[in-house]
Amino acid sequence: MYETTYHRASSLAEAVRLRADSDEAKYLAGGMTLIPTMKQRLAAPSELVDLRHIAELRGIAVKGRRVRIGAGTPHNEVATSAAISAVCPALCHLAALIGDPLVRHMGTLGGSIANNDPAADYPAAMLGLDATIITDRREIPAGDFFTGLFETALEDGEIVVAATFEAPARAGYSKFANPASRFAMTGVFAAQAADGTVRVAVTGAGANGVFRHAGLEAALTRNWSPDVVSDVAVETGDLLSDLHGNADYRANLVKVMAKRAVATA
Amino acid sequence: MAKVTMTVNGRKVAKECEDRTLLVHFIRENLGLTGTHVGCDTSQCGACVVHMDGKAVKSCSILAAQAAGSEILTIEGLAANGELHPVQAAFRQNHGLQCGFCTPGMVMTAVDMINRYGAVLDEKTVRENLEGNICRCTGYHNIVKAILAAATEMGAARQAAE
Ligand code: FES
Ligand code: FES
Repeated sequence: MYETTYHRASSLAEAVRLRADSDEAKYLAGGMTLIPTMKQRLAAPSELVDLRHIAELRGIAVKGRRVRIGAGTPHNEVATSAAISAVCPALCHLAALIGDPLVRHMGTLGGSIANNDPAADYPAAMLGLDATIITDRREIPAGDFFTGLFETALEDGEIVVAATFEAPARAGYSKFANPASRFAMTGVFAAQAADGTVRVAVTGAGANGVFRHAGLEAALTRNWSPDVVSDVAVETGDLLSDLHGNADYRANLVKVMAKRAVATA
Repeated sequence: MAKVTMTVNGRKVAKECEDRTLLVHFIRENLGLTGTHVGCDTSQCGACVVHMDGKAVKSCSILAAQAAGSEILTIEGLAANGELHPVQAAFRQNHGLQCGFCTPGMVMTAVDMINRYGAVLDEKTVRENLEGNICRCTGYHNIVKAILAAATEMGAARQAAE
């Protein structure tokens, strides 16, 4: 790891100020991606601004079916939250599949979505749940938040504070994990809102990161059943081909994972 | 350089280190506690697992500076009064190690797992929760056996105490 200078922020305002002092600075959440990346010398921020001790970023609040998760909440807390499980167990299931238990004790929701790894789990949930991403300056609908591979709508120095969403009538998440990394080769989050409309978000498979699948959404809105998935065409054009699997393989995985997500919802 | 203060195995420590120093190197080199191992460069093996504020974490993926102010428990802090911790004893009893390189991390992960699930731990849960720990020798069967045995024993001990 190259040299760096560590700062610990105790409030959002302090974090923003520390970050503004240098254009080579980076925010550090749980660090489960950033520290390993720095170890490989693939990232070399001159300054790190640690967000883990900012009280405003912590905590889960569920009021009725409205869920708010602080950006600094570790995956393990989401996975085991009785309050979230009561209204949206699919999200707990998804959080429990991220990395391994040791990573889940450190890694956070905010860190995951701000990084927007194309094979990460949380982006699928945010998009599938039509969540709103709250930052220190504005509110961003999930549909506008994820803009490409490791790209988000976040401006320079902007901090994710929380994510909120209305719990759907039902939802399911199914992922085919890469056997070595546990990242999603393909993961599908399917949610049916109270009015019957369905959102289907796919992670791990898109050449441009997480995306919604209009064909699956239309078919599942007509009939919420795993059986309708077989007849939906999944185009390979925008799918990822890499050493783990080509676009045809992933197109098939999208359907299999979508079926399973609906079946378990 | 940063002055890092934390509590390690119940003892307050304060040492100078670089801001980029990983917690595992701080523990091994600055504190001389070499029970915590480094088995990989990719955050995958779990040989480096310690508890930070009561939770199992990979000390190779955390800066010492991030851990400043926390309570750290390492493998050296488990045995009390010269008696092995029940998880350590169960690993010995069940032949849960061969070369022993992964063992400190396995044991720390196991203790965390038993803290979270208690005696109700079943084999499937143990295997799922070993996701972040790699062993090149044992084939895991005896590690799983050891953790289940320790969970049962610690559950029984807890019940007897109540
Ligand atoms: S040394 Fe391998 S995970 Fe930490
Ligand atoms: S006992 Fe040798 S690596 Fe596990």
